Amino acid sequence: MDKDVLELKRMANRLRQDILTMLVPAKSGHPGGSLSAAEIVTVLYFREMRLRPQEPHWSERDRFVLSKGHAAPVLYAALAEKGYFPREELLGLRQTGRMLQGHPDMKKTPGVDMSTGSLGQGLSAANGMALAGKLDKKDYRVYVLLGDGEMAEGQVWEAAMASAHFKLDNLTAILDLNGLQIDGRTDEVMSSAPLPEKWRAFGWHVIEVDGHDVGALQRALAEARTTAGRPTILIAKTVKGKGVSFMENAVGWHGAAPNAEQGQQGLKELREEAVHLG
Amino acid sequence: MAEKEATRNAYGRALLALGAENPDVVVLDADLSKSTKTADFGKKYPERFFNMGIAEQNLIGTAAGLAAAGKIPFASTFAVFATGRAFEQIRNSVAYPKLNVKIAATHAGITVGEDGGSHQAVEDVAIMRALPNMTVLVPADGTETRQMILAAARYDGPVYIRMGRLDVPVLYDDSYRFQIGRANVLRRGRDAAVMANGVMVAPALEAAEELAREGLDISVVNVSTVKPLDVDTIVRVAQGVGAIVSAEEHNVIGGLGSAIAEALAEHHPLPLERVGLKDVFGESGRPQELLEKFGLTRKDIVAALRKALSRKH
Repeated sequence: MDKDVLELKRMANRLRQDILTMLVPAKSGHPGGSLSAAEIVTVLYFREMRLRPQEPHWSERDRFVLSKGHAAPVLYAALAEKGYFPREELLGLRQTGRMLQGHPDMKKTPGVDMSTGSLGQGLSAANGMALAGKLDKKDYRVYVLLGDGEMAEGQVWEAAMASAHFKLDNLTAILDLNGLQIDGRTDEVMSSAPLPEKWRAFGWHVIEVDGHDVGALQRALAEARTTAGRPTILIAKTVKGKGVSFMENAVGWHGAAPNAEQGQQGLKELREEAVHLG
Repeated sequence: MAEKEATRNAYGRALLALGAENPDVVVLDADLSKSTKTADFGKKYPERFFNMGIAEQNLIGTAAGLAAAGKIPFASTFAVFATGRAFEQIRNSVAYPKLNVKIAATHAGITVGEDGGSHQAVEDVAIMRALPNMTVLVPADGTETRQMILAAARYDGPVYIRMGRLDVPVLYDDSYRFQIGRANVLRRGRDAAVMANGVMVAPALEAAEELAREGLDISVVNVSTVKPLDVDTIVRVAQGVGAIVSAEEHNVIGGLGSAIAEALAEHHPLPLERVGLKDVFGESGRPQELLEKFGLTRKDIVAALRKALSRKH
């Protein structure tokens, strides 16, 4: 395996271990949609994005908006790995008086660029950041991670129209297409298919990609960077709960934290995978 | 008081001045720029003006993103749509992260007139006042509007500015200095006080004039900042009189009258009568006729003052 790919896979594995480690003491939270986005977040934070963890408000930084804010654990894991805050904070997730809120809070957590959690709002905020970047003639890029359940929110489409209207080619959206939402399969709760056609019809450059293939994700993000005159969306096919056998494709793991025993079982699997990755 | 100007017109002019003064000021509208008067800014500073189309949720969300990247966005539409359609965007994308977004809404209250109740916000102040981190401003005339817009731009945080469609009398000259959080005592009296804002300040002054002819001495206070409320001034004025009347072009539930009732109940209880919409929606009609129909005139303030004074111990 390519050395870079191996390194990124190891990092995604670490983020997954961190997700379980923080969710067990939190006793609540969203493992499924955090685990599905581990490679996406890994590639963004450890390859794609221009960041200064010691200077979280650096004006030239690339921005990341986690529109599917319930996947906060995967973002927190990445921010801790990058050194935005001490790793011990991960164990304070969702607890009174601590910095890691149930959903991302830009006022409380260094490295969080936008407060999110109410679905449907992230792309609008990302549009605003991208417009500001264009106005200021800065070359930073803006990334937004959307969920597929979130596609039912009308505001997403208001914003999608605007991103194309304003030709926001400094904006890249990534859709974590894991196929499940709280009440069941996304195509049963509210069909959003065909998503590539919809986004294309809204004026976006669409790239369909395997959301667990770190190499493919990097190539797609590079293509987005060189696509001029319109925004790009990566429609990233993923497996909800990826990496933990009993959570994979299981709707019940959308919003339930593992207990200590389940956490240990999941960590055991992930550590075995880590050994395999060397 | 012959000269008249709509607060929305003053807003449009204030934006032009602000645009020249501060390159970080940007303006967003939702296809109502001719009515909200942001269109002139758009003509003069096209690169800093974003028409978002008829999409208020995205209007507010985009403003939040611009603010997160260091801009000072003024987002405008009618008060109904700003605070109603986009409420949750204001709550979660603006107020919760305390982003520097100015929600400059026009066409508030029943003086929208002919468009009818669907377009007449009577609850917007209550909604905005209940949000932590939100500042709520209601200008009485064009002069105050201009100063308010400049003050809002200087203040770092979310602000809701409630403006109207109708031409209203000019009450202040350019020597007036608006400050966020400071009520303005327009007239001092010993018998009772009217605490009003927006289009109700002018009739409050007329009501005080009318009662002065009967020998009654009425204070008039322009409470143009509903939040943070100037409790010190309100209590000081209340201590000098025996009764209070609040007057607003808004539901009596949750707006200025409620804010004053809360302050008085906690600090200096005394008889209070609230002039405002009595928990009803508006309807189509000429603005002046609607003000009469819904009890928002000088006469209604006079009647409320008499009632409040009759309750005086």
